[in-house]
Amino acid sequence: MFDLDRWREILQTINKNKLRTLLAGFTVTLGILIFTILFGMGNGLKNTFYEAFQDDAQNTIFIYPGFAKKPFKGFKENRRIEFENEDLDFLKEKFEGRIQHITARIRKGVTAKYKNEYGNYTVRAVHPSHQYIEQTDIEKGRYVNENDIKTDARIAVIGRLVEKDLFGNEDALGEYFNIEGIIYRVVGVFSDKGSGDREERTIYTPVSTTQLIYKNTEKIDQINLMYDINIGANGARKLSKEIEKELKKKHNVAPSDQNGIYVRNQIEDLEETLNVANVLQIIVLWIGIGTLFAGVIGISNIMVYIVKERTKELGIRKALGAKPSSVIGMILQETIVVTLLFGYIGLLIGNLILNSMGNKLEDWFITNPNVSQGTIIGATIILVLSGLIAGYIPARRAAKVKPIVALRDE
Amino acid sequence: MIQINELHKSYRMGSNELHVLKGINLDIKEGEFVSIMGSSGSGKSTLLNIIGMLDVAERGEYILDNVPIENLSEKKAAIYRNKFLGFIFQSFNLINYKNAAENVALPLYYQGISRKIRKEKSLYYLEKVGLADWAHHLPSELSGGQKQRVAIARALASEPKVLLADEPTGALDTKTSYEVMDFLQGINDEGKTILVVTHEPDIADMTKRIVQLKDGVIEKDTFVEQVRASEHV
Repeated sequence: MFDLDRWREILQTINKNKLRTLLAGFTVTLGILIFTILFGMGNGLKNTFYEAFQDDAQNTIFIYPGFAKKPFKGFKENRRIEFENEDLDFLKEKFEGRIQHITARIRKGVTAKYKNEYGNYTVRAVHPSHQYIEQTDIEKGRYVNENDIKTDARIAVIGRLVEKDLFGNEDALGEYFNIEGIIYRVVGVFSDKGSGDREERTIYTPVSTTQLIYKNTEKIDQINLMYDINIGANGARKLSKEIEKELKKKHNVAPSDQNGIYVRNQIEDLEETLNVANVLQIIVLWIGIGTLFAGVIGISNIMVYIVKERTKELGIRKALGAKPSSVIGMILQETIVVTLLFGYIGLLIGNLILNSMGNKLEDWFITNPNVSQGTIIGATIILVLSGLIAGYIPARRAAKVKPIVALRDE
Repeated sequence: MIQINELHKSYRMGSNELHVLKGINLDIKEGEFVSIMGSSGSGKSTLLNIIGMLDVAERGEYILDNVPIENLSEKKAAIYRNKFLGFIFQSFNLINYKNAAENVALPLYYQGISRKIRKEKSLYYLEKVGLADWAHHLPSELSGGQKQRVAIARALASEPKVLLADEPTGALDTKTSYEVMDFLQGINDEGKTILVVTHEPDIADMTKRIVQLKDGVIEKDTFVEQVRASEHV
């Protein structure tokens, strides 16, 4: 393998027979190119899934009420379940050691106005903890704090796009604006990259303020909580089961009722989605390997033809003293060199295409498609192996060339 | 140098067997210049192929330079060919994408000789056949006579014990044929053993011994007065 003269021989053969080499290599280039692009796309798809989840903290549980479908303890079926502030306090107390952050959430569609500008937005009335669960980035000012809750302060933290829509080039911080007829002061502006425009057209207000303004109730739409990550995935599953059980008991929902109370654990969602992504990638991988294999068969075919074409040359070499091992080595090494060379060209082109695509395909759920270093090393090993497979049959055929037959004059 | 006793060879052609060599006895000493003659089908090429270890005998004994040639594996045959024999073919058999010097150096490559020495030797032998100026030309840029001279240089480069030439002038005109024979005579004068297969009597007359083959046996084996090729050029 490290015989310099052998390398010279092979490079000369390749160099002097460019068209032949090109034909042999083309199938490999194409195979690797398609493999790289498919694999990169698969990774891009996975990236999209990851990103969708990375926006929010992953150790979160969302709890919201539904309709109890079954009669239980004398309560009728089809009964609407509602959460109130005390449910939040109940959970806080009950699972104190495991819960890091907990917040209520009330959602309202509103029209907001500032001077002559107005638009439709979503208000989320929350506790301060919401910031950690949603992973909201404050661009300027501050988030909702405990004091706002205590004083039912009429303040709002607005999304970057709300500021842009209503305030134009003005600085919204400290300004007063109007939500459904009530005046709020802007105390902060946030951004939320990766979640899209909708998220940035949200307005956060203190949960108590909204409860006070809208008919002075204690009702809340949803409870979001963040648990201690150290309890692990199994601990998280157990926690959500316990929460469900306790809340069902508290609201007189039959334990077997699927619809009364929903407890959604992000980790389970993530696992499911990643499973889908993994299956997709495995399918893509198999298609890629199939393509690669077609390439290998292609190069093997062409090598067989090349050996046939070179029968005379191989006969001359043997007559001059080339050992069978030397002939096998030469053909095998030549095939590997051609496979590697053209495979890398395919890898290079594939990478260039992937890089140039960048994030243009985000609308089709493909984010930052790429192939990792590990994949490239893997591809190299596959290439060398495919070279060996592709070269084996032709090399064996070459070794069997009988000089006397090869040199027979036509 | 070459001793052959009771050599037999037959080919199977479908159901019938073709007995090509029917007991050949031949003894060639070092420095001889022998031509093997015969009509086509007489077995002369088969004999040369067996001597050249490109083919194996069925029966009989073949000793080359005191080494009995038997039970040849392909590897052993390759080593022996490389060490003992230099080949010259009717159709030259140069590798078309290698230039003259590279063609001459090829047997040296298979001897495992270093690149530098290969280069020196190939140039030395090309000079010997008068083609030093053509060292970097491809075979396609050479005339028939020049190609055969490159082939002779290649056969000599490995410094073999015996030169085997199969119809070396078969593809050449008379004038060029004599030029090639002149070279071979010069090499023989220096003491190299040469075996030529030919069916041309004038070429045979330029060797020192003529072996006539007919139907697989030696019909006549005579030492002759050598005609110098230079007289006819």
